[in-house]
Amino acid sequence: MNVLVLPIALPLFTAAVLLLAPSRPLLQRWISFAGACVLSIAAVLVFVRVERDGILVLQLGGWPAPFGITLVADVLAAMLVVATAAVGLAVTLSAFSGVDPRREGFGYHGLIHVLLMGVSGAFLTGDLFNLYVWFEVMLVASFVLMALHRTRAQLEAAFKYVALNLIASSLFLTTLGLLYGGTGALNMAELATILPARENTAYETILAMLFLTAFGIKAAMFPLFFWLPASYHTPPAAVGAIFAGLLTKVGVYSMIRVFTLLFPGDPAVLYTLLLAQAGCTMIVGLVGALAQQDFRRILSFNLVGHLGYTTVGVALGTSAAMAGSIFYILHHIAAITNLYLISGIFLRLRHTTSLTELGSIFRERPLVAILAAIPVFSLAGVPPLSGFIGKLALVRGAFGARAWWTGGIILAVSLLTLLSMARLWSESFWKTAPHEDKSRLPGVILLPIAFLSAITVAMTVAAGPLYQLAMKASDQLLNPALYIDAVLKGGPQP
Amino acid sequence: MELILAIASGVLFGTGFYLMLRRRLAQLIIGLGLLSNGANLLIFTAGGLTRARAPVIAEDASQLARPFADPVPQALVLTAIVIGFGVLAFSLVLAHGIHTMAGTDDIDEIGSGGR
Repeated sequence: MNVLVLPIALPLFTAAVLLLAPSRPLLQRWISFAGACVLSIAAVLVFVRVERDGILVLQLGGWPAPFGITLVADVLAAMLVVATAAVGLAVTLSAFSGVDPRREGFGYHGLIHVLLMGVSGAFLTGDLFNLYVWFEVMLVASFVLMALHRTRAQLEAAFKYVALNLIASSLFLTTLGLLYGGTGALNMAELATILPARENTAYETILAMLFLTAFGIKAAMFPLFFWLPASYHTPPAAVGAIFAGLLTKVGVYSMIRVFTLLFPGDPAVLYTLLLAQAGCTMIVGLVGALAQQDFRRILSFNLVGHLGYTTVGVALGTSAAMAGSIFYILHHIAAITNLYLISGIFLRLRHTTSLTELGSIFRERPLVAILAAIPVFSLAGVPPLSGFIGKLALVRGAFGARAWWTGGIILAVSLLTLLSMARLWSESFWKTAPHEDKSRLPGVILLPIAFLSAITVAMTVAAGPLYQLAMKASDQLLNPALYIDAVLKGGPQP
Repeated sequence: MELILAIASGVLFGTGFYLMLRRRLAQLIIGLGLLSNGANLLIFTAGGLTRARAPVIAEDASQLARPFADPVPQALVLTAIVIGFGVLAFSLVLAHGIHTMAGTDDIDEIGSGGR
């Protein structure tokens, strides 16, 4: 059996078991956690195979490409599937510290696995219409997770989230219609042999702009990011964590995949716009973060701002910048998921994440503070943590590509991030809280946080090999012939 | 025929976007529905319209003779209609929940005055 189908089939299986199993909370949590463990093993297996044998391809149903649906894993997709599994592990682990009973009764654990399936599917598919379907799987699961709330602010946020994402899906679908009408293909590898070979006309430019808009909304890029800070601070911490860690990254991944395959270097206006967009996203996100007074809203704006970093690579299109962006994506998934989970501690202790109510953590609960310090300062880019290494790689990539403005913006925005994170740290951990908290903290709540902090530390220690992997992924992306050959001619490529 | 369908799809997109600019939930949802159907019609039209030529290989031939009606856009539209229907049903239920709870369907008033 081909391992490529596992990251999609296993979460589906787990979700089905969770639906059928008796709805006793503890049993559901254990099944969910076990499912995430198996998924992690499968993801690592896929990664090891890809690392050893090159791009891995599975033609579903035995239909040769481009007639059937193809699953493809290159180094980037495999790394992201591993990251997805790790986030899944952390989020299912966090369920042991308690889930709102109402949500647990409504199939919370199953939905988490459906979401993981959608994300893995989006990373692994080699077919654009199939990508649309995975987007919808992911979105419907996230809609239900988001809307299982019953306060007015949460419902308002859920509706904004649903509406904006549906508009993006319709745009994506429209683009696919135009794409199929003009080329007769939807398989990405086949499209990569058709579109770049053509004379660049208005048709290609329109397609590129539509893709940019549709993925731009999904990835929460400037100027289409407003739905994210309007909604991500309302769901419970674990749901916010899985959304922040994975959903926008799928948008970024789609941009990287589609633009490197379908529009390599051409049309130029696409890359100019993308670079400008990345710059504006960074600035607006971090300036927005400085104006916020709530732990999770600060995180939301930081998330938006740092999505700019993750698209600099594809906008510049050089190997070094792309590797920097890939490294940054991996670092950011671990750090931001962790920070949202940490906001769960505040929700439990103080029932709010407003900065004015927080504080005293460092003095009263030093262990929490030490574990939290790792993602906070990693996101801030304090050396030697992984965020610093990611930013260094990006700055070097930008200056190497002679993009002085972009490099300058990256540096300036790093300073803003540092400022924002320092403020977050001193307000929520360092200062003396206005009220004393007496609630007890279950030790199990620290497990997923410790797990993700350990991953961040591991990324720092193993930054060299990880950067080599990012370099390998970026070389594969910038050399689409490898991908095309693997899909259309079959067989793993060295 | 392509021209008529293209105009129809354009009208659906236009009215859909117009309705989404309103502040009422019901209109927003109708707008979303129109938009997704505009996209469906566009896929169907862009795939090329061929009348009465089923994509079936003739008995004495080994290949499909052109022109034939391309089945792929129809399969895509079918998938998209099903997904769109499910998502629309979900947003209607969500809007109903919001209306029951907040007593208003003005998007700007939902969040204010909440718990």
